[in-house]
Amino acid sequence: MYVHSRNALACLAAAFVLSACDGRQSVLAPSGTDALSVFDLARVMFIGAVVLWLLVGTLFIYVTRINPREMSRRKAEILIVGGGVVFPVLLLGALLVYSLPLMNAPRLADEGLRVHITAEQWWWRVDYELPDGTRIPSANELRLPVGTRTGLVLNAKKVIHSFWVPALGGKTDMIPGRETFQSLQPVTAGVYRGQCAEFCGASHALMAFETVAMEPEDFAAWLEAEARDAQPPATAPARRGAKIFAREGCGGCHTVRGTDAVGQVGPDLTHVGSRKSLAAGILDVTAEDFADWIGHTDAIKPEVAMPSYDFLPREDLAALGIYLEGLK
Amino acid sequence: MTNEHLMPVAEGPYPPTEAMLAEPVSQAEQERGKAELRAAWKTPVGWRYWSAVNNTEIGVWYSLTAFAFMLIAGLLALAIRVQLAYPDNTFLDADRFNQFFTMHGSAMMFLFAVPMFEAISILLLPALCGARDMPFPRLSAFGYWCFLIGGVFILGSLIFDAGPKAGWFMYPPLATKEEGIGPDVWLLGLSFIEVASIAAAVELIVGTLKTRPPGMRVNVMPLYAWYVMVVGGMILFAFPPLIAGDFLFELERSFNWPFFDPERGGDPLLWQHLFWIFGHPEVYIVFLPSIAIAAMIVPTVARRPIVGYSWIVLSAVGTGFLSFGLWVHHMFTTGLPQLSLGFFSAASEAVVIPTGIQLFAFVATLMVGRVKMSLPMLWIAGALAIFVAGGLTGVMLAIVPFNWQVHDTYFIVAHLHYTLFGGMVFPLIAGVYYFYPFFRKKLMSERLGRWAFWLVFTGFNLTFLPMHLTGLKGMPRRVFTYPESSGWGWLNMISTIGAFIIAAGFAVFVYDLFRSKKYQGVIARNPWGAGTLEFSHDVPEEAWGVRSIPYITTRYPLWEQDGLVERMDAGRFYLPDAPDHQRETMVTSVIDAKPIYVQRVTGPAWVTMFAAAFTGGAFIFPTFHIYEPAIVCAAFAIVCVMYWLWTTTARPPEHDMRDAGLGLRLPTYASGPNAVGWWGMWITMLGDATAFAALIFGFFFYWTARPDFPPEGALHPDGMWISVGIGLLVASWALILAGRELNSRAHVARARLAIALAPLAAAGGAFAVYLSVRDLDPTSHVYPAIMWALMVWLCVHAGAGILMQGYCFAGSIAGKLTPKYDADLRNVTLYWHFIAFKSLVVGAVLGLVPGWLP
Repeated sequence: MYVHSRNALACLAAAFVLSACDGRQSVLAPSGTDALSVFDLARVMFIGAVVLWLLVGTLFIYVTRINPREMSRRKAEILIVGGGVVFPVLLLGALLVYSLPLMNAPRLADEGLRVHITAEQWWWRVDYELPDGTRIPSANELRLPVGTRTGLVLNAKKVIHSFWVPALGGKTDMIPGRETFQSLQPVTAGVYRGQCAEFCGASHALMAFETVAMEPEDFAAWLEAEARDAQPPATAPARRGAKIFAREGCGGCHTVRGTDAVGQVGPDLTHVGSRKSLAAGILDVTAEDFADWIGHTDAIKPEVAMPSYDFLPREDLAALGIYLEGLK
Repeated sequence: MTNEHLMPVAEGPYPPTEAMLAEPVSQAEQERGKAELRAAWKTPVGWRYWSAVNNTEIGVWYSLTAFAFMLIAGLLALAIRVQLAYPDNTFLDADRFNQFFTMHGSAMMFLFAVPMFEAISILLLPALCGARDMPFPRLSAFGYWCFLIGGVFILGSLIFDAGPKAGWFMYPPLATKEEGIGPDVWLLGLSFIEVASIAAAVELIVGTLKTRPPGMRVNVMPLYAWYVMVVGGMILFAFPPLIAGDFLFELERSFNWPFFDPERGGDPLLWQHLFWIFGHPEVYIVFLPSIAIAAMIVPTVARRPIVGYSWIVLSAVGTGFLSFGLWVHHMFTTGLPQLSLGFFSAASEAVVIPTGIQLFAFVATLMVGRVKMSLPMLWIAGALAIFVAGGLTGVMLAIVPFNWQVHDTYFIVAHLHYTLFGGMVFPLIAGVYYFYPFFRKKLMSERLGRWAFWLVFTGFNLTFLPMHLTGLKGMPRRVFTYPESSGWGWLNMISTIGAFIIAAGFAVFVYDLFRSKKYQGVIARNPWGAGTLEFSHDVPEEAWGVRSIPYITTRYPLWEQDGLVERMDAGRFYLPDAPDHQRETMVTSVIDAKPIYVQRVTGPAWVTMFAAAFTGGAFIFPTFHIYEPAIVCAAFAIVCVMYWLWTTTARPPEHDMRDAGLGLRLPTYASGPNAVGWWGMWITMLGDATAFAALIFGFFFYWTARPDFPPEGALHPDGMWISVGIGLLVASWALILAGRELNSRAHVARARLAIALAPLAAAGGAFAVYLSVRDLDPTSHVYPAIMWALMVWLCVHAGAGILMQGYCFAGSIAGKLTPKYDADLRNVTLYWHFIAFKSLVVGAVLGLVPGWLP
């Protein structure tokens, strides 16, 4: 149950001054330009807050316990004006001057690559737009090059969601009928978890995704691969899975480029086997998890739109799993 | 000649001299006064007890009901904590979890925090003001019954697994598209309660302005009364935008008018604006009353008058104003322009200043005093520790880039609970301990109180301190589960354990609250040695409120006015008797509190309960999309209210003047700005105008925010019918105004003619406004929908205005309304001033603005 409990005390103590804690979804483990600047800001504010809290507490204990006798009225009035007006005006003025410019970076335009992300209940439609206008559709995973700023054009299909990768930067809401924009600039390669932050219905808790920050050359290679059509099934069980996929009409909702499946309702599955997670960040990409998901969608993700194929024999589900897992 | 010359005015010496006050009152006179007051203020017994309307009864029911709702909401929180105790738990499924967290927030805000303040204030305010009762006791009773019915209805939905589940903020499109009746329960049930909240706010404002004791100028008012006024004003301006939002929201859910549907020109963000224009002041509506309690306890503990009285008053007023300029900090992540983010960030930080002044004024008071710690002060100290922490995280959250990271995470959950426990729960409990001797004439246990404090304090910090870290480690709010790999398990387990410790503390508190205290016998009258008027109360209890209404010249009369309590007890001051065995209280002027007249106060009645039940029906039936019974209920509710007003309010008195004591003779009737009823109408209409302004804001929001407003080729309202309609409505206003003037000049027949024509003009006007939009299809696009909404709003108000005009006409015929006694007519004319203004605005928006649109 407590995988991380060994680190617990160390982390709690460290949190006092906001030293970095581990975690792939943590504000305290920043790996993007914007997250790093907020992390520094947070550290300054936390130290300030603790000091101020101690000062007020000490003052209170002093006047009620240590020296409960009468003090001069003049001192009391100085306290009201000094503590209530002068000090906060100076301190907050300084804080605003320091912090407000930091909000410009996440709204800066992209340096070439734009990704259109549309939130659905409860998954992410991801569509890469290259400078030449080429579009490469994908889903439920975001890949970004390290060192450059990538623009995210955010939309939502039915209800409000919010896009958030804590390790890379702040969040921006995704609102039906409005387009919002944010940009991210990872500084170190790695895999970070993002999650929907605005309550969006029954399975709000189960709407996550992985963000993979890659070195520019790796990213370019990956993008080229992602643009290709799906690989045909290589093994006998996979071929059987592909047949079941076609027979059950999966292509009515899903696209597997290079096949007859061109549905636009659900996530694009062209390279689903190469992703880091399944069902919007909640399952592993293994043949078993694929089979499990297809057979029990509603149990795994309450009120999800995709029906449960619990009527399929287990071997059919297993074959489907093998086929999909093979879509690298 | 107008009736101002007919109305008698106060006669006799005022202010009283020390010699007059020193004169003893004969024993026989004292006994007569007591007997008469007891007869007039007798609380009904047996089953009739529930017909009581006295503030001491209503206040107790109100606060206990709000407390019970709070405990239920607390149990929901415990269930939430159990579900989140460890990863992948299955104690609650997603659907039930979402219902629980939605109801936890909604109930804590609407069924506990705001009503609790109103309940406590209804209990305390008359005592602080040396008044016998609130100015409109039956309105308090009506408000209470509405609150009870609405609260049970809303919470009851959980039992049928039909509760709202889109969050307490009900963001569309999620909430507008949600199936089932959950959102309707929320919208209609809470609108019903909000109406009751506004009613109580109106009464509290009028009580503070008009029923203070003679001599209590505004600058010697107890701080609590100042806060009541500020908070009442905030309720008055904050709730109406939400009610306007609810109105649009329910029109979308019930009739498919697309206010928040982007596919037909609507915009989900309009709801967020309306909700948070309410929602942020709400935070201070909850916080300021608790500060007010602290402002009463601190001087008592310091045994010194408060330091910086004027600073505190200015800060409270300043906080009230500022709180309306901060709402966007709940929407920093919605992609608004950077400039407005910067503005709202700075404005949010600015609220630190008035808040800081108030806190430091308390500390300053403790500095100059000789502090004697007490149990209430222990809770205040806990409040300070917690609130300061919550305030400091609030400063961080107002910083936009930081907000973008932690918004909608457990960091916010931690922050808001720190502000609400520190800024509401702890001071409230301090207040319960402090005022318990006043409420129940008994004392609560010091030992149990300390146990409760340390359990709640420890449990609280154990629950919510780790949540800051949980949020920073990436846990979003409102998730029913989380994976083990997240690493949030141990933090959540700590929080869950803490939650049960809080619950244990509350159990101790509840036990202490309700255990039998008979063994204490008769307690000391002023156990804390307080300086304010409420501790001049009678022990054992008397229903009359105060034996005689004192002349007050100081902020701490029990400390600074020698012999005050003895003279009050002897009936030396004003209104020491009730010769007609009728309930009365004294009405004074707004600034100087000079006696103006003696107000007849209403007594026990069942009609308020019936009125509340029918009003409830009118709100609750539409939840199930059943409209006929709702209309019938609304009609019965109107009949009940009319009956109640007709039989008890503004009736010509038997005697024009009454001996008020100390040689002062006061009128027994007032109309126009002297009367409390006029103030009630004026203040209510300010709230109503705010809701109207929110609808107009909606129109201009669409205009500026949506490119397809109006859509190409849209039909516009018919200009001719608009002109006719608005013309007739304004004519109706002119007629009622003429009726008032003619009546006061004793031209009764001509006045009646004008008053009879006014409703005909109004009905014709409303119908013409309807005709102007009849051909527009409100389901097709938001443009015709908002036109229809404005039409409906105006017509409903005109309808109420017609009923009022008819009431005045009937009053004139029945002799209830005469040239001399014309309070009803003056109040109705005031109502129509607002209608005339709204008609012109609606006319401009429907008729003129479309011409300017692109």
